[in-house]
Amino acid sequence: MLHIKCPHCGMRSQNEFSYGGDATVKRPELNKEVTDQEWDNFVYNRVSPRGKHLELWQHLSGCRQWIKVERDTATHEIFKTYKANEEIA
Amino acid sequence: MTQSYRIETGGLINRNKKISFKFNGTSYFGYEGDTLASALLANGVHLVGRSFKYHRPRGFFGAGVDEPYAVVQLYRNGETEPNIKATEQELFEGLEASSVNCWPSVNFDIGAINNFLKIFLPAGFYYKTFMWPKSFWYKIYEPFIRKAAGLGVASTKHDKERYEHKYEYCDLLIAGSGPSGLASAYSAAKNGAKVILAEDKPRYGGSLLTSDVNIGNQSGKDWADGIISELKEMPNVTVKNRSQVFGYYDHNMLVMSEKVSDHLPKTKKYHPNKRLWYIRAKEVLISSGSIERPIVFGNNDTPGVMLSSAAKEYLKVYGVLVGKKPLVFTNNDSGYETAIEFKKHGIEPIVLDSRSNPQSEIIDEAKNLGINIKNSYVVVAAQGYKKVKSADVATISEDKKTLGNIENIVCDCICVSGFWTPTIHLASQSGNKTKFNEEIDAFVPGVSKQNETTLGAANGVFTLEETLKTSFEKGKELSKKITEKDNEISIPNVVEKKYSKHDKFWCVPLPKGKSYKRFLDFQNDVAVSDVEIALREGYRSIEHVKRYTTLGMATDQGKTSNLNGLQLVSEIENKVVPSVGHTTFRPPYTPISIGAIVGREVGKHSKPTRKSPIHNWHEEHNAVFVDAGVWLRPRYYKRGNETLFEASKREAKNVRTNVGVCDVTTLGKIDVKGPDAAEFLNRVYTNAWLKLPVGKARYGVMLREDGIVMDDGTTTRISENHYHMTTTTAQAANVLSHLEYYLQLVWPELNVNVVSTTEQWAGAAIAGPKSRDLLQKLFPKTDVSNEGLPFMGYVEGDLFGVKARIFRISFSGELAYEVNVESDNGRFMWEKIIEIGEEFQIQPYGTEALSTLRIEMGHVAGSELDGRTIPYDNALEGLLSKKKDFIGKRSLQRAAFVAEDRQRIVGVVPLDKKTSIPEGSHLVKDANAPLPNKKLGHISASCWSVEYDNPFSLAILKDGKNMIGEKLFVMSPLKNKVIPVEIVSSHYVDPKGERVRS
Ligand SMILES: [Zn+2]
Repeated sequence: MLHIKCPHCGMRSQNEFSYGGDATVKRPELNKEVTDQEWDNFVYNRVSPRGKHLELWQHLSGCRQWIKVERDTATHEIFKTYKANEEIA
Repeated sequence: MTQSYRIETGGLINRNKKISFKFNGTSYFGYEGDTLASALLANGVHLVGRSFKYHRPRGFFGAGVDEPYAVVQLYRNGETEPNIKATEQELFEGLEASSVNCWPSVNFDIGAINNFLKIFLPAGFYYKTFMWPKSFWYKIYEPFIRKAAGLGVASTKHDKERYEHKYEYCDLLIAGSGPSGLASAYSAAKNGAKVILAEDKPRYGGSLLTSDVNIGNQSGKDWADGIISELKEMPNVTVKNRSQVFGYYDHNMLVMSEKVSDHLPKTKKYHPNKRLWYIRAKEVLISSGSIERPIVFGNNDTPGVMLSSAAKEYLKVYGVLVGKKPLVFTNNDSGYETAIEFKKHGIEPIVLDSRSNPQSEIIDEAKNLGINIKNSYVVVAAQGYKKVKSADVATISEDKKTLGNIENIVCDCICVSGFWTPTIHLASQSGNKTKFNEEIDAFVPGVSKQNETTLGAANGVFTLEETLKTSFEKGKELSKKITEKDNEISIPNVVEKKYSKHDKFWCVPLPKGKSYKRFLDFQNDVAVSDVEIALREGYRSIEHVKRYTTLGMATDQGKTSNLNGLQLVSEIENKVVPSVGHTTFRPPYTPISIGAIVGREVGKHSKPTRKSPIHNWHEEHNAVFVDAGVWLRPRYYKRGNETLFEASKREAKNVRTNVGVCDVTTLGKIDVKGPDAAEFLNRVYTNAWLKLPVGKARYGVMLREDGIVMDDGTTTRISENHYHMTTTTAQAANVLSHLEYYLQLVWPELNVNVVSTTEQWAGAAIAGPKSRDLLQKLFPKTDVSNEGLPFMGYVEGDLFGVKARIFRISFSGELAYEVNVESDNGRFMWEKIIEIGEEFQIQPYGTEALSTLRIEMGHVAGSELDGRTIPYDNALEGLLSKKKDFIGKRSLQRAAFVAEDRQRIVGVVPLDKKTSIPEGSHLVKDANAPLPNKKLGHISASCWSVEYDNPFSLAILKDGKNMIGEKLFVMSPLKNKVIPVEIVSSHYVDPKGERVRS
């Protein structure tokens, strides 16, 4: 079980969180014309990297904040966690 | 029966307390402090089971967690548990156990015929023998294997025992209380670190319990006792026996199973049977010791052949002789310790040492005691079927390839020592890439992956002096990093005997013309010949060899077999062991009760049970409840001998003719507040929200980004910046998370807050033609006329002094209202509604009537919004705004979503107007078409229409729009039904929706 540092609450066990997928995906702006390809990339297409990955987690059974977690998908090492609106270093 | 193999004095058992127990129906005695294994051996019982594949007789091989054979079925306090190691099970008064793998009995076993049909079960037997003919598998092979194999029988009864989970944090977790565990725990504890010391056995001390050493001025055991009692007194230390750390997981989390009650005849009141500890440790010290490995020879699985260290443990800890004419077969000095122990108790052992001229202190001691030692000698094969009767022995050449003449030595046990294998499981589970140590012919931990350090024998260090020194230092160093304290500890003097070099020899060659089975894996019956077959058939990767032969795949995880298997593969392949590599060590280290893993989350405890504040009233009025997610909801209110069908029909009918009331407290409720709330709703819902006035409600549908309908519900504008959103009971939590996602991550510029208010409000739906009359009596001061409170209107009212919210919304298709009050006033509201409703013939209705009402109106719910349908499929396309963007809108342009023959909701009526249609059935064109019959759609929900008094269903049907009036067939292979049906509109009742507006 992972040990995740919520930037709002501190170190918490993984079972307080829920996973939210790739944090680098950006939703196309509302009312903006997008091609099928662009939209498919947003909705469906994801890379599955081995190694460093920036991902979303929600501190569901805690402060309910969505946070960003920089994690190694192979070793599970967590390098850093960020608040939703924080600049990614 | 007398304990004829128990020595007069000695051992750590309590001879003042005799304990009676039964094994395979025979009564025996042992002492407090015995294991089932030591007590049986004290009684001269060596035959405990039959082997997995060949059903050969099985005895005891070890004395602890490494035991591959002595797995029994245990009976305790009216319960039974399979897969219990007799070597670990402590004796208690009234214990009963029986052998497994034996049918009909351990002494006469029909499966043993396999032993004479060896051809039947060679390596890969699962994959080859039983593949052909295919039809034989179910009828012949599987039943035969099921009957003949397996490690006991799981109970089918409800487990009365209780199991607990516990979460713990500590600075240092130390796994194993041998010398390295004690020393490191001691210095860390003295430095003020929070320490957990775990020992899987009942007694602390590990190897110090059986080795002949001195620490300070005391025996090793006395020193261990002293350290333990000091540690137990310290407030920063938790010392746990009977506790196995069995798994090392990510981020330094380890799991430990504590056997709280297994050593007692019965679990004490309020105590758990087992406790599972989830421990997050800053540092982990692995002091799990080592396991002696066998030397492979002919018939080395005969009862009476066992590890030399186990024989010593039975003698020193339990005062039990495993034999009276022992033969010790060794390639190192350990075997001499066992021989000396026998000699001290007046037994004359013979030592066969594979080495030609070993010299050491301990060998000198053995010689001085007059022990018969034969150098360059090996055991070729054990003789005897159910018990060792003698051994064929021979000299062996220096290159270990040629045997001399076979001689026979009479003996009743063979104690074998092939040197020591460090227990590296936890380190390997942590991710440590282990390395091969040529010195000891075994793998040891390499570079640490997580914060783990392996000490002592587990790290391949076999001298006590070095073990203690490094362990004291490591404990101090690691704790200092955490507590920043630096307590000086003096390392005690050690007196121990020096060992000479062991012999790199692990397998005795077969003598000419003999084909003895030489076993590598004793639990899974994998012999040298099986591995040879696997390699001959082209298997190279050790992981493949493992799976093909099942080597190391038994419940003991090959604790005694893995290394010898690797030696064999490397020898045949002409490779060195490290390049063969070992298979992956996976948790659990040893079998763990399923009950302990499940913990308290069983039955009603597997999820919370939520009840509405009106629950007690429902109970008092004969409600029959149904699980709705985590909620308990009334399904119907039973009158007399009514069936579910009769009651729900009555309740639904009463809504259509008079008025009904339904507890809708369970609906998800979310407060949406803030100056940008309208804009937010406008993006979340598919329809327009910017112009909704205060005091009005609107029905809305929300999509996922992929265009699939996520949820529906009404949202009401309570005041300028305050909206009250409702969700379905099932989706409440997901919808809240979904809203938070967009507010926090996608549109943080919107000034909106969302919070769940599900628990804050109790809700009652009042539905039926007489609902307005009732409402007026409930709220005499409020104008509830069609003009004062029109369809989708909202007002606040005063319910006899209680503040209430009144929504004019309908799920039943009738004129209907929903009244909300604060939860605490829920029952008050309900009773008022029932009391005043009496003159309008009010009846409460449950979820079954609720479903009937919504189905015949064609209202979609969870069974249609099933995560696979888009708005069009549910006839909700009228709610899609063309003017604005919203979540998921772009996906609705996908080709499949705009296809002409897209699936769509329809109504289904059986042609005979009588036959009920099972939910989940398929719709097909031709009931007699050859299989696979093309499925056109499925029945999503079924009811008995109270309006028309015949069955009615909703279905999601391919090209549903153009199918109205078609005749199809409903097929339910599950219920074996074929029903001719007609497709009709999904709006079966009041298709124009006039009633809700009346
Ligand atoms: Zn948090």
